[in-house]
Amino acid sequence: MATQICYEDVEVGSEVTPLAKIATTRMLVQWAGASGDFNPLHYDGEFAKAMGVGAPIVHGALKRAWLGHLMTDWIGEEGRLRKLSCQYRGMDYPRRMMTMEEPCDGETWWCKGKVTRKYEEGGEHLVECEIWVENGKGERTTPGSALVALPSRKKK
Amino acid sequence: MANGSLITSELRKLIGVTLDTIVFKVEEGAIQRYAQAIGDPNPLYNDPDFARKTKYGRLIAPPGFTGWPARAGRPTEKVFAFLVKAGAPPRILDGGIEFEFVEPIGAGDVLTATTKIAKVTERETRLGKAMFTTAEVTFVNQKGNVALRSWATIIQF
Repeated sequence: MATQICYEDVEVGSEVTPLAKIATTRMLVQWAGASGDFNPLHYDGEFAKAMGVGAPIVHGALKRAWLGHLMTDWIGEEGRLRKLSCQYRGMDYPRRMMTMEEPCDGETWWCKGKVTRKYEEGGEHLVECEIWVENGKGERTTPGSALVALPSRKKK
Repeated sequence: MANGSLITSELRKLIGVTLDTIVFKVEEGAIQRYAQAIGDPNPLYNDPDFARKTKYGRLIAPPGFTGWPARAGRPTEKVFAFLVKAGAPPRILDGGIEFEFVEPIGAGDVLTATTKIAKVTERETRLGKAMFTTAEVTFVNQKGNVALRSWATIIQF
């Protein structure tokens, strides 16, 4: 784990440490099993076409979970994630598999964020962030926001 | 109907009404499989021995996970059935979600999740006219404390 980030370490405009992710057809099946979301939109090509999205798409909830990972990695053990929200705006399509384990070359997604506000309230040191998942073309398919409480060096 | 509202009077009547309450247990294996599917190696989600020695005292769930199947904010089939029966369009997409994390959720917790419809709106989208429903779910743990609140946007078209 990286060094614990503190309230004093961030300013408006500070970057949340980016996190790279890939989605593969295999990972979508794994996600379906782990989440219990068995909507065929995410694994059945014909069904996805009939639904008007062209091909199976990445679960919105998986991208949301990636954003949770982004934030909890950034705030460290002593930070606390208070709120997280995101909108599933754009479709993302998983990489196909080349072998049972190895994905084909293709898109890499980046989870990113930026501090938009910092303030103290009720004895807590709060930081608001704009967060998003960006596809290989740099488009933000899953924009959102997060509110975290960070430890302070002044306290204690 | 082409210019009419998608929001029937039956749908309006559902706003604010509790549509479903479910009780379920958060299992250790379910947390581990969920963390693996995200690709998050955090030992708090993956290593029970490590987690037991922390302030949490048990494996904890990644933010937004409330046990399998992952109902966190996802309305149950029963809720969808209410909406469709009240005249909502049958094709469904996830619009997004907002979470408020109040208390940690961990292995062994028993959660009671109560879903109500908070808001229904409609607007023109690239898929045609669509209805946006906000389903509010409150998760109360075995101690009687609210652990999580969520607001999911369901798009129906």
